[in-house]
Amino acid sequence: MSTKGNSVNIDVNPDVYKHDWQWKEGEYTVTRSTQWTGPGCHNGCGLLYYTKDDKLVKVEGDPYAPFNQGRLCMRCINLPEAVNHADRLKWPLKRIGERGENKWQRISWDEAYDLIVEKVKRIQKDFGPETIVGMEGTGRNICWQVPLLTYAGFGSPNFAMGFLSGDSCMVPRTSISFCVLGDLSVVDCSQFRDVRYDDPEWVVPETILVWGNNTIVSNPDGFFGHWIVDCMQRGSKLIVIDPQLTWLASRAEIWLQVRPGTDTAIAMAMMNVIIEEGLYDQDYVEKWCYGFEQLAERVKTMTPAKAAEISWVTKELIIEAARMFAQSKPGALQWGLATDMSVNGIPQAHALMCLNAICGNYETTGGNVMAREPWYMNLAYQVGYFDFLTEEMREKRIGDDVSPMHQFGTFSSTAQGDAILKAIESGKPYPIKMLWFQTTNPIANMGAEAPRVYDAIKSVDFVVVVDLFMTPTAVAAADLVLPAAMSCERNGLRTWWSPLRSSVQLTQYEECKSDETIVLELCNRLNPENCNWMDDIDLLNWRLEEGQAPVKDFTELVQKVHVWPDHHYRRHEKGLLRPDGEPGFNTPTGKIELYCTTLESFGNDPLPYYEEPPESPITTPELFKQYPLVLTTGHRSFEFFHSEHRQQKTMREFHPYPLVDIHPETAERYGISEGDWVWIENMRGRCRQKARLTATMDHRVINAEHGWWFPEEEGAEPSLFGVFNSNINNLTTQCVTGPTGYGAPYKNQICRIYKATEENSKVMPGEQVTRMGGFKYVRK
Amino acid sequence: MSANKIGFGLLINYEFCTGCHVCEIACKKELDLPVGQWGIKVLQDGPRKMANGKWEYNFLPMPTSLCDLCAERIKMGKKPTCVHHCQAGIMTYGPLEELVQKMTENPKTVLFAPR
Ligand code: SF4
Ligand code: SF4
Ligand code: SF4
Repeated sequence: MSTKGNSVNIDVNPDVYKHDWQWKEGEYTVTRSTQWTGPGCHNGCGLLYYTKDDKLVKVEGDPYAPFNQGRLCMRCINLPEAVNHADRLKWPLKRIGERGENKWQRISWDEAYDLIVEKVKRIQKDFGPETIVGMEGTGRNICWQVPLLTYAGFGSPNFAMGFLSGDSCMVPRTSISFCVLGDLSVVDCSQFRDVRYDDPEWVVPETILVWGNNTIVSNPDGFFGHWIVDCMQRGSKLIVIDPQLTWLASRAEIWLQVRPGTDTAIAMAMMNVIIEEGLYDQDYVEKWCYGFEQLAERVKTMTPAKAAEISWVTKELIIEAARMFAQSKPGALQWGLATDMSVNGIPQAHALMCLNAICGNYETTGGNVMAREPWYMNLAYQVGYFDFLTEEMREKRIGDDVSPMHQFGTFSSTAQGDAILKAIESGKPYPIKMLWFQTTNPIANMGAEAPRVYDAIKSVDFVVVVDLFMTPTAVAAADLVLPAAMSCERNGLRTWWSPLRSSVQLTQYEECKSDETIVLELCNRLNPENCNWMDDIDLLNWRLEEGQAPVKDFTELVQKVHVWPDHHYRRHEKGLLRPDGEPGFNTPTGKIELYCTTLESFGNDPLPYYEEPPESPITTPELFKQYPLVLTTGHRSFEFFHSEHRQQKTMREFHPYPLVDIHPETAERYGISEGDWVWIENMRGRCRQKARLTATMDHRVINAEHGWWFPEEEGAEPSLFGVFNSNINNLTTQCVTGPTGYGAPYKNQICRIYKATEENSKVMPGEQVTRMGGFKYVRK
Repeated sequence: MSANKIGFGLLINYEFCTGCHVCEIACKKELDLPVGQWGIKVLQDGPRKMANGKWEYNFLPMPTSLCDLCAERIKMGKKPTCVHHCQAGIMTYGPLEELVQKMTENPKTVLFAPR
């Protein structure tokens, strides 16, 4: 089952590249596999590992992987540098100094497990299993493993995604998608069939609406970003909504330079135009959409003129974009993380789905298709939840009282990061006694209000970190640090979305273990009646069997590398989306719910609405005089994935410092030149990054990088690898979310900037946070 | 046939070069180049606003004098690593005559004949 037509790398030499899973090339063993682990992104590209004497020597893209068709991004090409890096964690380490001193003692795995088991048992007995929280970072192949450990091993309902405020990465979008569409949709770049662009049934999207997303850099959630470029080369036109001119925006027919956080106003105004001018797909709306009249009423309140005033995009451009999108057959919507990162995130995602729906673009070829895990391989964040916990224990999950949507979210069953933070701080509803961090580095990265998260994690009795390198989070808070294996050192499987793929262990680095192995070995010791897998392969076989995947076992999957399920278009017409086999979408009304009955039943607004960011020129005009710039953050760069890759010298050659994008006029106003260190500051704190002047920003907006720390700097406090000095999360907030508990304003803050001088750099943020009680403000 | 003789080259469709740096890093790994050295360097023009209000924003990868057209790989029957991995799929390796022919089919292309 391999690809035939390869539209990117045509004429691959079959004497060199084989369809087998493994062969010899000179002195190397070549293995076809998948990369879907740290360090690197969510995608699961197919690659060829070149190994020799138990060592990874080089990596090539697998031309027979239909997903990436031989291509790789910087991060995977540079994998050998990561895998063979001398600074990697090599064996379990136990803290011997105080927290923050960065003093460790090597111990064996057995000693580490014994220590964990002893602590866990004592905490379970004295305080209850629920006081143990399992956390993970970005969702790679830890996203069913950590819940498994939390539920089956610790016996706690509290699995959470780091301290990500408002769960603002994909989860808001996914949860509302399940309510409105009954599924989660992605742009159809023919990624669901192995023949890819040669599929005779596939048509190229006429227009792709790229909303808040620079796909070529960010490779969003199982979507290979350059597929958009493939479509462009085959004729797709673009409309791009972004505060900054991305390369995609430079190639777009229309670029809407939005004020961060105001996207919903634009989406509603576009619908206003499309409905007023009768450009919507009347047939599709009649047959497949619910609540069109109410939506039409609602969007009347958002005229293009009003949206223009709110969003800083001209009325003419909004109208033009609306007409162009509505008249494209098919149109497609590519949305990004920006959708989740505002308190208006849920209504924004809802608005975007309505916009796409009234243009008739769901389940059409070249439009948006409902993405599903192959077979029943539901390996998202909810594995084992219902099986391993009693009803009584499930009800103790922290954050369920935030909103019914949070409680009943269908995609994720997670405790809310903000609520966990508050529980640590207040001891309510009960104290938190243990934190388990598996490849998450919240004070460098996903935790907004990083100094506050730092205080919280330091105060918890027992903290374990599993990671690839010694991180700022580990030095600050860990009692025990465990070394995780990288890609070619572990057996794993990958869905999210099609196809089902394998990754296979080829080498062993020191005493590192795969996340699967750590989870099951610990589960085995903690709760053998729940978890009696022999080893990682046994565990994977269990997943394959549960999912009814069409392979005998993991060994067969390894040899097949990729396994493709069938794919059909227009499944809503054929009764293929609903469990009852009726035509329609998998929602209560069987239709796409423009008027969302699920939101209504939760007591939330059933229609899209616009809400200002909590701190903005309009919401807080007085504060804005002091902090007269809009701050957006969190955009990606080619070299890094979140806080990873900073220790690779090749990546740092390309990108040595954190960069803040500033319009030249703004820079001039504040006496800032290209390459100056600049302080970025607001009510909560400050950090410094280097100025990059670019005329493509609105002069009222600056764009700062996230995820920075400096592995080359001192690890012990007050430095913590310099993590607070350039940390944009000194400025963002925790516990300020949308009414559903989803969505937080990471990307729409306010700030001021000034040039860093010796005088104003005497007390650096690291010192301020770790030695002087932090920045002075009242925490919400 | 030895590849780094005049007669072979790289054709680049720079309309779709996204500036993703993959050719640069792939080449660095292939030639084992130290910090500061490049076998191919991606040059950038813009972003700058033009009189018509549109933005000019182009990347152009330029092979340097260190490029040997991946002689080792070509000998093995592989493509140059920059061509193999280019995320936009816009680089083609081949005999110059063929590439010139291809140039006529696509606007915004450049042809390099490194040696
Ligand atoms: S997108 Fe890049 S980092 Fe992610 S799997 Fe593919 S090559 Fe690796
Ligand atoms: S052909 Fe090979 S040596 Fe030349 S630029 Fe490309 S990767 Fe470098
Ligand atoms: S790899 Fe391709 S798209 Fe990326 S910078 Fe090089 S030529 Fe451009």
